[in-house]
Amino acid sequence: MLEIKNLTIEVEGTEILKGINLTMQEGKVHAIMGPNGSGKSTLAKIIAGHPDYSATKGEILFKINNKMVNLLELAPEERAKEGVFLAFQYPVEIPGVSNTVFLRAAFNEICKHQGVEEMDPMDFDAYLREKMQRLHMDEKYIHRPVNVDFSGGEKKRNEILQMAILNPRLAILDETDSGLDVDSMRIVADGVNRLKSSHNAFLVITHYQRLLNYIVPDVVHILQNGQIVRTAGKELALEVEDKGYDWLT
Amino acid sequence: MCKDPQPKDKNLNEKTLGENALSGREYKYGFYTDVDADTAPKGLNEDIIRLISEKKAEPAWMLQWRLKAFAHWKTMTEPHWANFEYAPIDYQESHYYSAPKKKPRGPGTLEEVDPEVIQTFDRLGIPVSEQKRLTGVAVDAVFDSISVGTTHQNDLSQLGIIFCPISEAIKTYPDLVRKYLGSVVPYTDNFFAALNSAVFTDGSFCFIPKGVRCPIELSTYFRINAAQTGQFERTLIVAEDDAYVSYLEGCTAPMRDENQLHAAVVELVAMNRSEIKYSTVQNWYAGDGEGKGGIYNFVTKRGKCLGRNSKISWTQVEAGSAITWKYPSVILQGDHSAGEFYSVALTNHRMQADTGTKMIHIGKNTKSTIVSKGISTDESNNSYRGLVKIMPSADHARNFSQCDSMLVGNRCSANTFPYIEVHNPSATMEHEASTSKINAEQIFYLQSRGLDTEGAISLIINGFCKDVFQELPLEFAVEAVKLLEMKLEGSVG
Repeated sequence: MLEIKNLTIEVEGTEILKGINLTMQEGKVHAIMGPNGSGKSTLAKIIAGHPDYSATKGEILFKINNKMVNLLELAPEERAKEGVFLAFQYPVEIPGVSNTVFLRAAFNEICKHQGVEEMDPMDFDAYLREKMQRLHMDEKYIHRPVNVDFSGGEKKRNEILQMAILNPRLAILDETDSGLDVDSMRIVADGVNRLKSSHNAFLVITHYQRLLNYIVPDVVHILQNGQIVRTAGKELALEVEDKGYDWLT
Repeated sequence: MCKDPQPKDKNLNEKTLGENALSGREYKYGFYTDVDADTAPKGLNEDIIRLISEKKAEPAWMLQWRLKAFAHWKTMTEPHWANFEYAPIDYQESHYYSAPKKKPRGPGTLEEVDPEVIQTFDRLGIPVSEQKRLTGVAVDAVFDSISVGTTHQNDLSQLGIIFCPISEAIKTYPDLVRKYLGSVVPYTDNFFAALNSAVFTDGSFCFIPKGVRCPIELSTYFRINAAQTGQFERTLIVAEDDAYVSYLEGCTAPMRDENQLHAAVVELVAMNRSEIKYSTVQNWYAGDGEGKGGIYNFVTKRGKCLGRNSKISWTQVEAGSAITWKYPSVILQGDHSAGEFYSVALTNHRMQADTGTKMIHIGKNTKSTIVSKGISTDESNNSYRGLVKIMPSADHARNFSQCDSMLVGNRCSANTFPYIEVHNPSATMEHEASTSKINAEQIFYLQSRGLDTEGAISLIINGFCKDVFQELPLEFAVEAVKLLEMKLEGSVG
């Protein structure tokens, strides 16, 4: 469903990603690990369409209606509506906009795109409360402004809540585990595992192996200096945990 | 209409995503209605004032009052302390009276109003005939210098409520008008109030008797139509003991290259335990992208909480006019009285707004609340100017002020000028202020959840203004949100 081909990104004359190739199938979980500054977050952002990054070479093909479409040619909101979701490493605060208003606006955009009837506020409220309960989120977050005065862990949980509400086909988790204690991590992982199906895929970006005990990957890629230097099964994560990254190059 | 000046420096003239979304809209109310009008010659002098008074068939005392105001105005100079600049106004180059001619049909009813005028209001979504009247809202429709129709008058009069054009009230309820006209804003108050007192043409008069809660919203819709004509509205609202009224005001004008003057005076009087809620959505034509044309809006709005436990609340959404000079204020004279000011001012293109409030605390335990939200984009200039004054007599007065500015793009400016004068040590004052920018990360975050750029900006701005919008009556809140969204319409980068 996703095929990244020779993706190269330059920022101010420096190559940050140097010819990434990555293929994902439905129903699979891929993990991307790597040291700081290896280009992990850049990869996540360009898939979602962050305006600061543009590819100098390559393409990101994504299956839409059984056709492979280059995501680089779509606006970020078009990608979202086609089922691409990025759980942000640093979720953004939107003062004055309540979580429920924001979530319903996003949800209805996707309904509209899919030609499904929009959900009315009452039904949406019930849907939202159910999802929040599963993530052990306090009801007070329903009406709080998006991410404003949320703790680091609450922000991350709010990302997973959005993912659960929007039910994407491709979910990218950008260091969702950073800043989470073990209990929160378990809840977040549970949220991901519940959503997993044969129709969607997850790209889990992480610094540490820890999260991968809870979200077990099918494939692990090691990203270093803008290149994927090794791809293997879940055991690779343990190996990296043990030996660090240096032995790979 | 949204043409940009030729770029001199690319970076300087490059619009941000947000700016395009905010400024790329059309002014929907910019049409002109060709009506057969009865227009006074250009110029301002005693003869013109006599002419206006004669057209309105006013009693002598009214003419005398106008002439005194005019004599006083001639001794005054135009104020220039506000944070904006504009070409000098030639007061002799404007018409001071213009009214659509009546058709010789059934007297004293809408029958005699030019159908073009009725259609104009229909097009603006303001039906003025009783058959098509809006439920829950009584409307007084003012076209240039004259009120063309007021709905729901009969139902209201059964409750003892008077709601009629002020020109009619001067004749029908002279004692009431004489008692209160100028009691809150005397004609000596300021240059524009003096001018208005001399030449005002129409507006509304609302009187809510003792113990009556007005069951529907009262509203006036002001339409400027004629060219080179100033509109000088005068509105007076009196709430007797234990009365309650919610009043709404809306305004639009055609798109023209020249500037037109609108100088209004609104006075509110609240007796014991009464409450007046006054809401405005101001959408006068604001000029084009190069700052050509638009309404000069110089307005004096003031309420007096005369009675104990009385309350006056101003809510305004200022989205139009080339220049806005407006400070809806409250004099808190009665003990335990409360004043509120909730404002959203949106400026784009080259609009200049200098708006805010004055809260004058005189009575004991008086309380005031100020919530001001300024949004600026393009090359516009948006200032909040507010005074909170605690007089020696105002024991235990309280004020809370919050002034937030939001900038879209980097060519606009926002300023806050808070003045605080405290002459009583028991006062409690709180002031909060913030300036924020809609940033690219916020927009990307919302886009990555499926909202397009316009939807994202609209969500952020509606969130920013929420505290003010929730003070508006429901239908008006919907209109205000639509107005901001209309401003968000158009092409995005």
